[in-house]
Amino acid sequence: MNEQPETVFHSASALGAQVDTLFLALLGITGTAALAVAATVVAFTIRYRAGSKVNRNDPPVRAPWVEVSWTVLPLLIFMGVFAWSSAVFSQFYRAPSNAVRIHVLAKQWMWKLEHANGKREIDELHVPLGVPIELTMTSEDAIHSFYIPAFRVKQDVLPARYTSLWFTATRVGRFNLFCAEFCGTDHSRMHGAVVVMPPAQFAQWLASGPIEPDLVTRGARIYRDYGCSGCHEPKSTVHAPGLIDLYGSVVHLSDGATAVADDNYLRDSILLPKKQVPAGFEPTMPSFQGQLDEDDLAALLAYLRSMPGATR
Amino acid sequence: MSAAPLAHFDSAQRQYESATLGMWVFLATELMFFVPLFLAYARGRVEFGDAFAAARRHTDAAIGTVNTAILLTSSLCVAIAVRSAMLAAELSQTQGRHSAEIDRHLRAASRFLWLTVLLGVLFLALKAVEYRSEWAEHLVPWLDFRFAADHRTGAGYFYLAYFAMTGVHAVHMIVGVSLVATLAVRLGRGDADRANAVAMTGLYWHCIDAIWVFLYPLLYLVGRHA
Amino acid sequence: MSTDESKVLDRPSYLRDGYTLRSWLLTRDHKRIALLYMFSITGFFFLGGAAATIIRIELMTPGADLVDARTYNELFTAHGVIMVWFFLIPSIPATLGNFLIPLMIGAQEVAFPRLNLASWYVYTLGGIFVLITLIAGGVDTGWTFYTPFSTLFSNSNVVLAVVGVFIVGFSSIFTGLNFIVTVHRLRAPGMTWFRLPLFVWANYATSLIVVLATPVLAMTLVLIAFERITHVGIFDPSLGGDPIFFQHLFWFYSHPAVYIMVLPAMGVASEIIPCFARRPVFGYRAMTYAIMAIAVIGFLVWGHHMFVSGQSMYASIVFSLLSFLVAIPSAVKVFNWTATLYKGSIALSSPMLYALGFVGLFTIGGLTGLFLAATAVDVHLTDTYFVVAHFHYIMVGGTVMAYLGGLHFWWPKIVGRMYPETWARIAAVSIFVGFNLTFFPQYILGSLGMPRRYHTYAPQYQLLNDFSSLGAGVMAIGYVLPLAYLLYAMLRGQPAPPNPWNAAGLEWQTSSPPPQQNFDRTTPAVGEPYDYGRSTPAQGQGARTPEGAQS
Repeated sequence: MNEQPETVFHSASALGAQVDTLFLALLGITGTAALAVAATVVAFTIRYRAGSKVNRNDPPVRAPWVEVSWTVLPLLIFMGVFAWSSAVFSQFYRAPSNAVRIHVLAKQWMWKLEHANGKREIDELHVPLGVPIELTMTSEDAIHSFYIPAFRVKQDVLPARYTSLWFTATRVGRFNLFCAEFCGTDHSRMHGAVVVMPPAQFAQWLASGPIEPDLVTRGARIYRDYGCSGCHEPKSTVHAPGLIDLYGSVVHLSDGATAVADDNYLRDSILLPKKQVPAGFEPTMPSFQGQLDEDDLAALLAYLRSMPGATR
Repeated sequence: MSAAPLAHFDSAQRQYESATLGMWVFLATELMFFVPLFLAYARGRVEFGDAFAAARRHTDAAIGTVNTAILLTSSLCVAIAVRSAMLAAELSQTQGRHSAEIDRHLRAASRFLWLTVLLGVLFLALKAVEYRSEWAEHLVPWLDFRFAADHRTGAGYFYLAYFAMTGVHAVHMIVGVSLVATLAVRLGRGDADRANAVAMTGLYWHCIDAIWVFLYPLLYLVGRHA
Repeated sequence: MSTDESKVLDRPSYLRDGYTLRSWLLTRDHKRIALLYMFSITGFFFLGGAAATIIRIELMTPGADLVDARTYNELFTAHGVIMVWFFLIPSIPATLGNFLIPLMIGAQEVAFPRLNLASWYVYTLGGIFVLITLIAGGVDTGWTFYTPFSTLFSNSNVVLAVVGVFIVGFSSIFTGLNFIVTVHRLRAPGMTWFRLPLFVWANYATSLIVVLATPVLAMTLVLIAFERITHVGIFDPSLGGDPIFFQHLFWFYSHPAVYIMVLPAMGVASEIIPCFARRPVFGYRAMTYAIMAIAVIGFLVWGHHMFVSGQSMYASIVFSLLSFLVAIPSAVKVFNWTATLYKGSIALSSPMLYALGFVGLFTIGGLTGLFLAATAVDVHLTDTYFVVAHFHYIMVGGTVMAYLGGLHFWWPKIVGRMYPETWARIAAVSIFVGFNLTFFPQYILGSLGMPRRYHTYAPQYQLLNDFSSLGAGVMAIGYVLPLAYLLYAMLRGQPAPPNPWNAAGLEWQTSSPPPQQNFDRTTPAVGEPYDYGRSTPAQGQGARTPEGAQS
């Protein structure tokens, strides 16, 4: 089954509708400006063509009020568009707290996705209609970019870091998923689909087929197997930060700065523990670089997010 | 000022002004060339705080300090040489002929330029010694790098920045030494028309020196006794 | 009026001042160096164009028919590298700028003639490296060399390619340095800053950008090569490096680079339009301020290439604001060009067709930049064909059109002969039509989500791609025409008088072509710029004629 072709004004996501309105406004403004300039140039070229009998006395070389107007007016319009765009743009960075998390791993040249319950997909992403979805993404190799044109969303996917993207689908259907950052030979073949289903049907789909243990369960097992609980449990004799209400909270660091305990903070804490040490603790945590792969990290993060006190 | 201006300049003064402006613009490009390296260093300092400081304690402060003294002295020599060369050229223009006084100035200029060459070569030699010892201590990131495990990443990054900054600087030193040596030879042979070239080369040398003055504290001093 | 060359000159023109290969290859004459450059960049233009031709043929169908994926990637990389660094950046400054700036300011030469010649040899050396890269199998990273793909994953000739670009950057720096000193120090008596033609202002501002931005690119390329060879580097995450840091360094140069490409084109338009409207440019001072404002603000907007890169939201918003601001001086320039037509006496000669085409296409390209400056919309449009269309409108619809217009306008001065006007008009119109047919559909393709750098694409995009490829064919024919008739004119055109267009400007006060020292005996008399319609009508520039000329 082929993906639905995109249209310019009929997006399939909640944010997409706002983007389209802004796009339309820009089209109106720029189209008007272009036509105005073109019409003026054509009109002048005809009226003032060599040999025409019109008044050419004292062609002006300055017109202060006119010049100020055509400087200030565009400036005001641009500032208006800027403010509007910034407002919409900031929403791209404010995923709702009840968004469903899905992990994305990009590699040359495919998309690997994992739902919270452990269900995995390759090059396809099934999502329920009307539910906010937040993708936590990383790359195994080069920089890729996760792009769903119909939803008007795009985000570069980087190695050794998490980036995120969120959307709420507003139409059922099958939509193109493209890689939008050149990543090597088969960049243009990193083609996938986002399949939006009605919630009931999605729930059925999610529960079916071969499923691994869900992310949280896997994460809990890794937490135990790699000895994290040995230091981080409250009963431990080692003085280590508690993790119960860590996710999403503000952490005070040893150098005086503060950081939010988000996905990247936790990832760095596990792989590069000396990078940001919480205040009042010694930098004694060992690094797990090379021992945990991206799947393991995704599971651990899901486990940490699942803890009772976790906030967004 | 040199004797006869090149054909397209209407005066020697004009030619000198053009050469000077040209050299200053070129120095601006040299400065911009180092900007990415300073930015890389700054990024590392912010990202890797402790590890960066730990790595920095392993640079050879003794050699670094001696090298700084060497460079500053060399800049003084260059300044004296420039002054002598310009005196020689001025006399040559006003007197219109060769004289003992002119020869004296030229010889002085030549000597101080040779001193500069010596100091420059000394700087590079010490740098080579320093690099070798850093290689022996496994501090070269791409040649069997070894560092305390918990600081390895940040230290590696520090040494990348260190070798890049001092390496690029050293390349400029080699160019500078060659230019100064060429001029020293010419002046030694009695060529009194080189004042412009000496002044411009002097500016270049001072610029390379000035860049070192920033590299030295960043790579050797900061946080040493923290 | 037809003035016989021999009656005008005491000495031979610069073209006849020595016929040997040595006299050309060791010349210190800025006019000959300009022609050396013109020869080289024309070659590279058609080489880059050949790559584009293969790309557009491949893109006529959604699947892979003509070339495999790796070859396709090498083709668009070659196209970008060649067109940006070996055609667009040198084009107007190194050819028209080199030829005209000393003439326009009343000087005999540029400040450093040997440096000028050296810059051409450095350009050629860089070009040789790039040609070797192509022969050795190409490079497939895109002209933007993003890490970590370029440093850790590409299997192509990355180091060779970046060495070539590193070298050609110095050619650019030498030219810029030369222009800055020339404009500051070699102006004729009476040629104050605010009497300079806008072409000189534009190239001056361009030169400032070149000398400050290009070294940053140079060092960034050194760092890529270093990381590729040693496998450790400051962009590699495994050693604590940051691939986004690369993007900051790269775009810090590459955004100002687009102003390096467009400012000289604006300068050309500002020379042609007043001449063929027979009136002074509107708002001369505003134009100079706008040029300098573009140069300065242009250094502050580089992050708009990185809105979805993972940089902070706040950084993106700041860069967005500045990007909207940089559009204002450009808008002012467009309005001023338009106002220069008001109460003029307009002739649609071939240079004027190119200049007006430039204004129109630059306006469209600039306006689409607003879509991209708007963060929320850019999220959808970045890395799609919308961006490809945007920058081609500015660089091809803008710079190339202006370059051709300038070539036509000054061809009589450069080669001393007139070209066939009818063919020139046909070419101008063909290029304009072909260009729009090629690139306007790409705005739509991008809005519909077709990503760039795609070898194969979803079938829904085929129709628009076919329009685009058809347009490219028309445009290609359009480009071949001037190659043919300008060369023909050089050999067999009508001898040109000193001032065939009755244009203002000191370059028209000497013979066509000029003698080696530019002005015969006397330094030219300097008046107000764009002195159209104010002084006595006969020659356009007062009653000042070259000595010995017959009125």
